[in-house]
Amino acid sequence: MAKHHVTTTINGEEIEFLCETQQTLLDVLRDELELTGSKEGCGSGDCGACSVTVDGRLVCSCLILGVEAEGREIETIEGMAEGDHLHPLQRKFLEHAALQCGYCTPGFLVAAKSLLEKNPDPSETEVRYWLAGNLCRCTGYDKIVHAVLDAAAEMRGQANA
Amino acid sequence: MPEGDIKKAYKLIGTRPVRPDGVPKVTGTAKFGSDYTLPGTLAGKVLRSPHAHARIRSIDTSKAEALRGVKAVVTSKDFPEQEFAYVGPERTAVNLWHVTRNVIAREKVLYEGHAVAAVAAASPSIAAKAISLIEVDYEVLPHVIDVDEAMKEDAPLLFEDMITRGVDPAPTRPSNISKYLEFKIGDIDKGFAEADEVLEKEFATAASHQGYIEPHGCLARYDADGQGELWSSSQGHFVVRNLTAKLLGMRLNDLKVNPTEIGGGFGGKTVVYVEPLAMALSKKSGHPVKLVMSRSEVFRATGPTSGAKMKIRIGIKKDGTITAGEATFKYQAGAFPGSPVMNGCLCAFALYAIPNQRTVGYDVVSNRPKTAAYRAPGSPISAFGVESVLDILAKKIGMDPIELRLKNATHIGTPMIGGKMSHEGYSATLEAIQSHPAYKQPLGPNQGRGVASGYWFNGGGESGASLFINADGTAVVSTGSPDIGGSRASMAMMAAEMLGIPYDQVRATVSDTATVAYTHLTAGSRVTFASGLAVIGVCKQVIDELRARAAKLWDVDVEAVDWEEGYAKPSSSNVGQFEPLSLKDLAAKASATGGPIGSANAVNASGQAPGFSTQLCDVEVDPETGRVTVLRHVVAQDAGRAIHRSYVEGQMQGGAVQGLGWALNEEYVYGKEGKMENPGFLDYRMPVCSDLPMIETVVVEVPNPNHPYGVKGVGEVNIVPVLAAVANAVADAVDRRMDSVPISPPKLLAALERQEAEL
Repeated sequence: MAKHHVTTTINGEEIEFLCETQQTLLDVLRDELELTGSKEGCGSGDCGACSVTVDGRLVCSCLILGVEAEGREIETIEGMAEGDHLHPLQRKFLEHAALQCGYCTPGFLVAAKSLLEKNPDPSETEVRYWLAGNLCRCTGYDKIVHAVLDAAAEMRGQANA
Repeated sequence: MPEGDIKKAYKLIGTRPVRPDGVPKVTGTAKFGSDYTLPGTLAGKVLRSPHAHARIRSIDTSKAEALRGVKAVVTSKDFPEQEFAYVGPERTAVNLWHVTRNVIAREKVLYEGHAVAAVAAASPSIAAKAISLIEVDYEVLPHVIDVDEAMKEDAPLLFEDMITRGVDPAPTRPSNISKYLEFKIGDIDKGFAEADEVLEKEFATAASHQGYIEPHGCLARYDADGQGELWSSSQGHFVVRNLTAKLLGMRLNDLKVNPTEIGGGFGGKTVVYVEPLAMALSKKSGHPVKLVMSRSEVFRATGPTSGAKMKIRIGIKKDGTITAGEATFKYQAGAFPGSPVMNGCLCAFALYAIPNQRTVGYDVVSNRPKTAAYRAPGSPISAFGVESVLDILAKKIGMDPIELRLKNATHIGTPMIGGKMSHEGYSATLEAIQSHPAYKQPLGPNQGRGVASGYWFNGGGESGASLFINADGTAVVSTGSPDIGGSRASMAMMAAEMLGIPYDQVRATVSDTATVAYTHLTAGSRVTFASGLAVIGVCKQVIDELRARAAKLWDVDVEAVDWEEGYAKPSSSNVGQFEPLSLKDLAAKASATGGPIGSANAVNASGQAPGFSTQLCDVEVDPETGRVTVLRHVVAQDAGRAIHRSYVEGQMQGGAVQGLGWALNEEYVYGKEGKMENPGFLDYRMPVCSDLPMIETVVVEVPNPNHPYGVKGVGEVNIVPVLAAVANAVADAVDRRMDSVPISPPKLLAALERQEAEL
């Protein structure tokens, strides 16, 4: 079966790849493009470890086909830091020890960044509901919520929330 | 000790630096088990049993092998038979005859999802097609799922020759009861005769899964010279090496296992599933093979913890003195022997000075996946029953539940099953909750408060560490312990504290099986204690070497050189007038004074102190739906001494939330066919962010005298009290005693329809 040729933009770079029909965007990112920062935890859209944005919309990359990336703008965890300059969310996750094993972390960061772009001043409840699509089994979420609220405050130009 | 005092005593211990492995984990470059690939890597896939119980008459792999792109197919015939023998300490004994059959079925499949064959192919889609071409002729057998059903005389037998161990004389008939255990101290009849109130009650817990977000995955390469290499996500790459080598008939030196980052384990990644299959496929195909489980495979074929049935009986005097405790535990082992029922028997009454105790345990096989360790394995189950009964008894005699526990709390020297309590700390966790503002906070309608406590052994054991000083005065410390929750940070902190250099000058890593001494699992709350002792030991060796180098430069005896806060100094003015030499000075001169400075260490650590936790849970029950919402949850836990405070708190919060999931939502649901009906995160409902409040922590610090910094393990005991804390809170809220978890809305709604109020 012939593979599909797809042209897309990932983290600002124009990318071409070949994929099989049934390959998900997550499969393509991980297996064809070596962007293994997006993780597979379930393959059914329940855990959020594979979160990316497509044309600015937060999605599970395991629920989108690779061919659907044609002509889209995709952002992954690999595009979050600028060179060696971490995004405030990345920095706050480290400062607050908001990760233990780190497997769910890329998904949480992508999802949290998406939240703060839409709502720069979320309440704790808004953070909790926005991140309800991301599973973390290590932290009990406490330090993740603190890190997101603190990053939001810093990005708004306020010291420690 | 308050946080401020610790900072005075130590420079680093008790602080919260950023972990050394942090940046790769927030940028996506950290590599986990399934992130590794070698040139020419094949995709592996496993064929799994559709039946709960069936005899395998034959397996025909010829069509799969003929498919273009298929490079290898393996079945149990590709694995040597293993000796039938229980090896190792009784609590954690392993029988390789069982292990090899769990990795790949031989005579029978014993649960739905049991591996039957595996393929390696040029792509995942070809591998999937090949799996569908394997023909297995099954003779379907009657199955049994429930533990009580499995114990019946006429139950279908998983092993036709299994005679219960631990019964004298041995039974003549086979059964599904793998083992019987009985422990006692004092005189149980006398104890109950002395009691004013005796309460007996039965409880049940559902099987729940560790629920790590990263499915099991590995990359295996077997070379023509018989040497292999594995990249595996596990809680112990040395154990993975030993088991994989044994199952494949390899020598230990021929298999090198590289620890990858691990995406959670909680006990579930202490055994092998995919590694021997991937290695066998690589051996047969001559190519590297990557084998990664799907989420459904994780649920259906890897260890949850036991579901259990139990009966608890406790006798108490009117003044609150507990006179007797008796318990019978029946734990599901899954398809092969080895539930944590012995832990349940030993932990059940360990927190209390009860002179008369008897605990009985049954290890029972049934057609479920083989259980694996899960955070303080066995103890949350027994604590659910015991701590619920204590809650009821406290109400019966009109005593505050914390006062009741304080009155009976164990102390150093208190007799317990298996010996005497060796450490303090339990009472301090009770007092921490008693004096917490949450304990006095008023509650509203349909709201309730529960408290409960938990005990866990904690572990010591074998660990290796190495330390090298670089020419620029920096250091590299490494251990054989996979880092699941920030242990590299605590190792770097302990090394920096010992050497007297800044934290950021110590690089902490995890070494592979070829470069550090054998290190047992990251499990049993043992790493900060045992691997920490290995690190502290190797630091002492290196400090002695640094002193020797200074002595050489000063031309004095090594005994005349002290090491203080990163400097070699003359031990007294009699030695001579020498400017102190820093570690950096000595590192720079290493070539001239004897060569590179470094050392390796290996320990078999003992002297671990047990874990104690007391927790408070406030809930609100929706009387219309039976849904329970957690309003507030406070965890007090004795950490001995926190090395990295944030990661200690993180363990407490994470363990508590896993317990909340087990208490309220999580369970394996089986249909009539004996198949798991909810093998995905949508239907196996783990707590999500919007379900929860912040989890408050009180780090109690009663130092362990057997560790230079006072460390006690902190990873596990935090899950132990949660089931009972929630059930006690629900009872307080709506006067209904929930005797089984999960306390799901339909179950609680049915209880609310009962007329009689319950304690």
